[in-house]
Amino acid sequence: MKILVPVKRVVDYNVRIQVKSDNSGVNLDGVKMSVNPFDEIAVEEALRIKERGEAEEVIAVTIGDSAAQEQLRTVLAMGCDRAILVEAPSDLEPLAVAKTLKALVEKEDAQLVIAGKQAIDDDSGQVAQMLAALLSCAQATFASKIELAGDSAKVTREVDAGLETIEVDLPAVVSADLRLNEPRYVKLPDIMKAKRKPIDTLSLAELGVDGTNQLTVSNWSAPSAREPGIKVEDVAGLVGKLKEKGLL
Amino acid sequence: MAKVLVIGEQADGKLNDAIAKVVNCAQAIGEVDVAIFAKGGDGVAAEAAKISGVNKVLLVENDVNEHALAASLAPQIVALAAEYTHILGSSSTVGRDVMPRVAALLDVAQVTDIMSVEGEYSFKRPVYAGNAIVNVDVPNDKKLVGTVRVASFKAADQGGSAAVESVNVDAEIPTHTRFVSTETSGGDRPDLQSAKVVVSGGRGVGSEENFAVIYSLADKLGAGVGASRAAVDSGFAPSDLQVGQTGKIIAPELYFAVGISGAIQHLAGIKDAGTIVAINKDADAPIFEVADIGLVGDLFSVLPELEAALG
Repeated sequence: MKILVPVKRVVDYNVRIQVKSDNSGVNLDGVKMSVNPFDEIAVEEALRIKERGEAEEVIAVTIGDSAAQEQLRTVLAMGCDRAILVEAPSDLEPLAVAKTLKALVEKEDAQLVIAGKQAIDDDSGQVAQMLAALLSCAQATFASKIELAGDSAKVTREVDAGLETIEVDLPAVVSADLRLNEPRYVKLPDIMKAKRKPIDTLSLAELGVDGTNQLTVSNWSAPSAREPGIKVEDVAGLVGKLKEKGLL
Repeated sequence: MAKVLVIGEQADGKLNDAIAKVVNCAQAIGEVDVAIFAKGGDGVAAEAAKISGVNKVLLVENDVNEHALAASLAPQIVALAAEYTHILGSSSTVGRDVMPRVAALLDVAQVTDIMSVEGEYSFKRPVYAGNAIVNVDVPNDKKLVGTVRVASFKAADQGGSAAVESVNVDAEIPTHTRFVSTETSGGDRPDLQSAKVVVSGGRGVGSEENFAVIYSLADKLGAGVGASRAAVDSGFAPSDLQVGQTGKIIAPELYFAVGISGAIQHLAGIKDAGTIVAINKDADAPIFEVADIGLVGDLFSVLPELEAALG
């Protein structure tokens, strides 16, 4: 069985982003870029499945500009067998991303796709579900546990009310939530080894995908700032303020 | 005129509170119908009919609708879509699961987390965990599928009396996805996402044992419990309690940040809280820049004192 894991290059979660003064986007000059944290969890899960002998190959794919090779090298160092870069605008919409992934799933005959539940830049959280719809296959979003059993998988999902367990037939698309696992740290020898692993480059046209976006995103702005607060001296002051606001 | 179909959500025979908020958002777009998918859903449909401004409630009864499985719901929603210009779900885990599947089946883009309606086909939504807001314009010749960020809308009033119409949908329900079980978390403690009050602990709490002071204050207040990423990474609290950009993004009326320095990653998760109270012994901690009420002090003396003061 092959597992396909889509990864996205995003601004590192520790960076305080700045909206550009012309409202055209956020400033990415000199900003640290990383693998989307939820995608890192997806990669880790795929590798653990392979290490348990339940999959033969883990293929990482990114869709974006060539700078995203850096993130592919990171996940190759984690242990992915090979990687694919699909050259496309880095703001390609989720629907077009899902269509691209569909083409790759079919080309590679992957039985399982594990994706992050959302990217921490656009926060859309759509790709896994859209991909499952396009493949007419099962989806299990927000996964905190995956147990494979032959042609099906039992997946525990983090839902608002707690945990929900569902059973899905393969092929399936699973999206990873925070609790699924703790990704491994990459060691230096693995980084060296990853430099020799193959990265294939494909274009959207080669996969037959139309990369035209439907949505127009504009007028980026910073959220309205919170009113400056006050400091209280002691617990009595705190309780007094909370009562004043009708919160106690 | 725009016609909006709001996807109702129910669990155990009760309508999700979020739906009245989605209806409020939908009213800013056009005429609103609500669809309820249930196994025996008369009660839920009646609840939806009472939301003011709802034109009609469509009740789709099917045994498979006892549990909200995206794979089963999506084709039923698509079967109802023909008469509508907009299809909106909530930002709950049900809405976030099913709506992108609906969008892809209709071959249209989705707008996630609508926070304001600027026009029938123009919306504002947050990106980068709410650290930036963007305008999204959608082509008006396609159906619009979206999820509504419920923290941004008040519930529509009660007092409506919409008609409930039972409908049969012509949809093929796949068998590749099967419900197994649910497990509700946290016992009596309210869940983080919907709690009106949340008490969170950070690295300053010091250990897993010490986290007892956080649980204790939370129980006194009837509050949910959260933790910063630093506290989770240090093993003080389980990761399902993590509040922040990569954890849960919450908007309680009252938030206590205890022993939390206020890393960007954490602040991204609490931006929309009503009142933020910070308790930290470091007067220079960044959390005080966003807190509405700050108290510089040792949490191990402040918290017991606060509990005592609450009576």
